[in-house]
Amino acid sequence: MSGNGYAERAADIVQQALASGATDAECTIGEGEEFSANVRLRELETLKEAGSRGAGLRILKGRHTGSAYTSDLSREGIRHMVRSAIELAEITTEDPHAGLPDAADLGSIPGDLGMYCADVAGLPTELKIDMARRAEDAALRADARIANSEGASFDTRVGRHAFANSRGFAGEYRASYCSLSTVPVAREGESMERDYWSTTARGFAGLENPEDVGRIAAQRAVRRLGARKVETQMVPVVFEPRTARSLVDNIFDAVHGGAIYRNESFLAGKLGARVASEKLTVIDDGTIPGLFGTSPYDDEGVPTRRTVVIENGVLRSYLLNTYTARKLGLRTTGNASRGLAGNAGVGNGNLYIERGGATPEQLIAGIREGFYVTELIGFGVNIVTGDYSRGAAGMWIRNGELAFPVAEVTIAGTLQQMLTTLQAVGSDLEFRGSMAAPTLVVAEMKIAGR
Amino acid sequence: MRDLENYLAEALSHGGAYADLYFEYLSTSSIGIDESIVKSASQGVSLGVGVRVIAGERTGYAYSDDLSPEKIRKAARVAACIAAGPATVEKVSLNEGGRRNLYPVLTAPTETAFTERVELVKRADRAARAYDPRIFQVQASYADNLRQVLVATSDGVLSWDRQPMTRLNVAALARVNGGTPQRGHAGGGGRVDLGFFLNEKTPEHFAAQAAREAIVMLDAVEAPAGEMTVVLGPGWPGILLHEAVGHGLEADFNRKGVSAFSGRIGQQVASPLCTVIDDGTIANRRGSLNVDDEGHPTRRNVLIENGILRGYLQDKLSSRLTGAAETGSGRRESYAHIPMPRMTNTFMLAGESDPEEIIRSVPRGLYCPDFGGGQVDITSGNFVFSAAESYLIEDGRVTRPVRNATLIGNGPEALKYVSMVGNDLKLDEGIGVCGKEGQSVPVGVGIPTIKIDRMTVGGTA
Repeated sequence: MSGNGYAERAADIVQQALASGATDAECTIGEGEEFSANVRLRELETLKEAGSRGAGLRILKGRHTGSAYTSDLSREGIRHMVRSAIELAEITTEDPHAGLPDAADLGSIPGDLGMYCADVAGLPTELKIDMARRAEDAALRADARIANSEGASFDTRVGRHAFANSRGFAGEYRASYCSLSTVPVAREGESMERDYWSTTARGFAGLENPEDVGRIAAQRAVRRLGARKVETQMVPVVFEPRTARSLVDNIFDAVHGGAIYRNESFLAGKLGARVASEKLTVIDDGTIPGLFGTSPYDDEGVPTRRTVVIENGVLRSYLLNTYTARKLGLRTTGNASRGLAGNAGVGNGNLYIERGGATPEQLIAGIREGFYVTELIGFGVNIVTGDYSRGAAGMWIRNGELAFPVAEVTIAGTLQQMLTTLQAVGSDLEFRGSMAAPTLVVAEMKIAGR
Repeated sequence: MRDLENYLAEALSHGGAYADLYFEYLSTSSIGIDESIVKSASQGVSLGVGVRVIAGERTGYAYSDDLSPEKIRKAARVAACIAAGPATVEKVSLNEGGRRNLYPVLTAPTETAFTERVELVKRADRAARAYDPRIFQVQASYADNLRQVLVATSDGVLSWDRQPMTRLNVAALARVNGGTPQRGHAGGGGRVDLGFFLNEKTPEHFAAQAAREAIVMLDAVEAPAGEMTVVLGPGWPGILLHEAVGHGLEADFNRKGVSAFSGRIGQQVASPLCTVIDDGTIANRRGSLNVDDEGHPTRRNVLIENGILRGYLQDKLSSRLTGAAETGSGRRESYAHIPMPRMTNTFMLAGESDPEEIIRSVPRGLYCPDFGGGQVDITSGNFVFSAAESYLIEDGRVTRPVRNATLIGNGPEALKYVSMVGNDLKLDEGIGVCGKEGQSVPVGVGIPTIKIDRMTVGGTA
């Protein structure tokens, strides 16, 4: 663990906290540099470039917790942060479950996890602008109906993350990220529609071709033109990978340790029970090299791992940090997550639905009348009850083919039903973020429209 | 002051036409209670400066969390490079404008003792549990911050502001005999001092609302699906305006011609009963600001007047490029973010109908007094907002509660179906957070009871 010595600085801050009266402490230091170039209608529109850093501290005095953060890493800034955290432990309540992970749970995965690619930091500005320009240009050229654009952007981030605690853990890692996206606007008559496409990777070399990004974005925008509202009815619903990913997010919220111990998830108390169709297997794996949810240890210093969450429809594990595990009488799954301040929450590693055998085309071909959902909007998911109702847009399926665009409708049901009536899982799993899913087919949902 | 002028000159050294500096010092604190245990308490500070340079349609931006002169000058040089050429602005001289104070908070809650603030969440927890024996889980959180900003622009504007903010949230879960739990939410606050929670909107007020909503939902039946008449209750349901019209009227989208409202100024976009205002000057409100994040005083802007589209919300860049007057709507999340046109407090003026008469006029429909969040696709104009508490209207009477459902409509069309507007305008209690292009800012909404003759309700029945 080498670098700028941030792990040592974090360990120093932990020692300062102990010297000031804390019985336990953990400290996070983060540093990042961001760059962003936006191009619109082939002209450079914005350039943004900067860096920042900050430190966060959580302390325990017995079973009382306090936390503080600062962007001022000077000696005085750190002293103030330590004092602030200790002051707050006076006002919190004694919590028998509060505390750092057991020493036996601490550790870090060895080896290179491919989180940092050196090619990101040194990219010339002109090249980055040109990537955005190429993606947008490809979108503008792809179809005469692409009449306008919200532009294209190329973004990079390079960061360093250090963590130390008073049980002897100290670690540090670097991460890099770059992405290219474009948002073309299509127009035909009175109809105006936009869509987007993007490519994301840990390193520049991992990005897809800008021309492909532009072309796909344009195709997606154009096929939405002339979208109509359909009649209210029950039909099979097909989620393309981009929208299927949001169901993984819903599953995450439902297996989140905090929601489980508070009994505010429809999956609370269901360990070992069948909660989904046997076609559904959900895995969380924070150890896959190069992916976006990968890290050597979680935000409490516990090694990340592979956790089977749902196996052939049976709920096998919740996702837990140390606190939620203790509340439930279980062991942490290495899923602690936090910003600079506050207690650790629960976060996912790479959370995904295992691929099935059929291609999306095969899945669609088997449906006489149905709805292929390419966009979901709104927040109409209630994890407590499982009630699901969201705004949707996409394509109507007729006789096994994508027939016409649909918009201004909702799809509704319950997550319980959606999981148990999951009919098919596609073979098209791709990781475009820390959550991923292939095409999914749900037997029946209520479409509300005309 | 001389230093600021020099930084601006540095920012314009490559030929930029306009530059500004945004200095921010933010202190925050938060307290959380869960299972009647105060489990978390946190405080912190962050500070920094953002430097922006505009050259034609181009923007260069850089920021620093180190306020030493060398680092600020470095950020200015980075931002300056958006332009290429000799400096064109000769000299910058700053003048402090007149001041007003819409939130004369003497002691910001952030500066008070924690012992007073921790009582707020404890009281909320006790009150929600005491509301009904079926309440079995309560979480409450209290957060406040104090943002001190200084904006200096090459137009000569020098503004500073001290912006306090508070918010108290309560969530309660209810259950009968181990059955399916239901959740209720409430919260509020604003640019106020602690007295607001002690005298005006107490923790007990929010706790009772959250608990009541959870209890009501225990009897909820399936929500209807399809087009029907929808009656929105007063207050927070004003989120309809925020999603249906507000975002679509932000000048950046319209300058680029990508909003469903582009080119529609002067056209009928709502029923003549609708007048929609965005007003950043209401005292102590969550969305209010003395000056926007570009240093301009906020204003009361008429967006829609008697159904006719009147104007867009401008930021500096859009008003420079289109020649439109400033509206005081340039906002940013922090010093690390580029300003954009944003809403402040968005509401519809009261009409003449008695709210009870509005309900009585509906043979079959949905009554929605509380909502969760919403979202809009500004290009197609399609928007959603999700009911958190709603009831069937049967034969002119509010009857059974229904499960959460999303409502969907199209921005330039939806408000044309407004057929009655109540005389009971209410602003929300101060919980709104608006997200746009990754930046979150606090906002307010408000609406009287209104009747919309046709809207799609996304239930299951």
